[in-house]
Amino acid sequence: MKKNMNKNYFEVLRPGINSTFQDNGRNNFYHIGIPFSGAMDNRNFILANTISNNEINNPVLEFAYQGPKLKYIGKNISINVTGDVNFKIIRKNKNLELSCYENIILENNDCLDILSTNRSVYGYLSIGGTFEVDYYLNSCSTNTKAKIGANSGKKLEKGQIIHLKNIKKILPKNKIEYLNSKIENIRIIKGPHFDYFSKNAIDSFLSDEFNVTKLSDRMGIRLKGPKISNIKNTNIKSEGLVKGVIQITADGDPIIMLSDHGTIGGYPKIGVVISADYDKLVQIPSGSKIKFKEINLKDAETIFKLYEMETQNLISNIK
Amino acid sequence: MIKNISNLGDAALYCDFGTEVNKQINRNVINYFNNLRDSNFLGITNITPSYNKLVISFDLKLTSFAKLKKQVENLELKKKNNSKNNLIKIPVCCAEEFALDIKRLQKLLKINEAKIYETFFSKNYYCYMTGFIAGMPFLGDMDKSLFAKRLETPRVKVPKNSIGITEQFCNIYTFESPGGWNIIGKTPVDIFDNKKNTEPNLINPGDTISFYPISKLEYEKKYE
Repeated sequence: MKKNMNKNYFEVLRPGINSTFQDNGRNNFYHIGIPFSGAMDNRNFILANTISNNEINNPVLEFAYQGPKLKYIGKNISINVTGDVNFKIIRKNKNLELSCYENIILENNDCLDILSTNRSVYGYLSIGGTFEVDYYLNSCSTNTKAKIGANSGKKLEKGQIIHLKNIKKILPKNKIEYLNSKIENIRIIKGPHFDYFSKNAIDSFLSDEFNVTKLSDRMGIRLKGPKISNIKNTNIKSEGLVKGVIQITADGDPIIMLSDHGTIGGYPKIGVVISADYDKLVQIPSGSKIKFKEINLKDAETIFKLYEMETQNLISNIK
Repeated sequence: MIKNISNLGDAALYCDFGTEVNKQINRNVINYFNNLRDSNFLGITNITPSYNKLVISFDLKLTSFAKLKKQVENLELKKKNNSKNNLIKIPVCCAEEFALDIKRLQKLLKINEAKIYETFFSKNYYCYMTGFIAGMPFLGDMDKSLFAKRLETPRVKVPKNSIGITEQFCNIYTFESPGGWNIIGKTPVDIFDNKKNTEPNLINPGDTISFYPISKLEYEKKYE
């Protein structure tokens, strides 16, 4: 049994900048300080597992900016990459150029080199099979801060072995026609502390551009731009946060909470990014500019329904 | 009991129980939290109690703000469910190398070290909430004589298991983390055990904590 398990595996030649195993995330543990986690870009996560004919919550390997370089040992396996990603397979000293959103066959001794994401942040590697990973509190999602989930709660490391199981027969191409569109206008709903800020500060928040700084990761996006000055109090009594909440720090800079965020926070919340824009938000790379646009709850709910329909359309048009 | 329910974005409810921080308000929050945990309302993905707010996040594919708001408003509260809330005893070693800010506190509070510890260990503390980092409990209330400001410059790394105090609160750093609370000791007990797959956190919102001092020798023994 053990021998069988070890037959097919990846050897990590280069781990990439921030490569972690992720699934749909873990629910119902905010109250003990454990965030949702899970794949940052949920649509690309779903598409990856769909192309692999996997269960929708199967683990994938998420990477940011520069991805991993993996040597494959084992029988032929179908793999696919989603996102806006530059990658190649090195087979017997030849480079094979490849596309995202379709199954590709990986052969014994192939080297899969995920070079970079194009003007975006996250990409996903899925296999026709399952990465052999640890589960913690009903999810394999790695949270490097709490040191939980797959890979003992750590990022991928050089030299490690990733075992694979339940390898499927070679899959059809299952191509999905999808272009990751970029957005700079992030739609938000007013937060509970909107009135902590002066009219000028709010005007500036909703009309000026903000820079996505390098201090951005799976926990949050830190922005720099005009200072958002507070007229009430720069601190509140700490309270619950959710994905997409925009807090204004005491220095007047916005921070957007992302999937691995601290579960409670003590800065005023000026707004919350709508659910439909979350996948696009996380893909905005550091060095880019973003703008906020305020909409109401009804519109946000309608836009989310449309976004879900769009995802379902992509899946039903698989070829 | 809930003063107002508003939306926090399009996929969460923000329940406001008031602005003050006291046990009475917090017990209401936790009572709602416990009742909601047992309610099985469709689509809830997380419930976060804090001092005087309760944030309920949900899956927008399964429910909506309007639907869930109505359910929460009509929630029939069962009798206060205190069976889930325990008294937990936590040993603390106050050896010099662990009590990083005791000298600062003596100056700041103008009380000697022995009196600071005597006062600190004489009270029980109530857990208002856990979170920020996994398992970290926010405990209160401190004796007024020990109210101290945060460090002007927060530490980049507070050692894991340190006991910190600030204003009316104390906490336990469940992981090495940045932080600005005044550190007065360290416990050998893991408050958050990331190897335990059920109930990894020792302290839950609503629990009562009593700290007791141990020597360096006892600390080292417990760690084995």
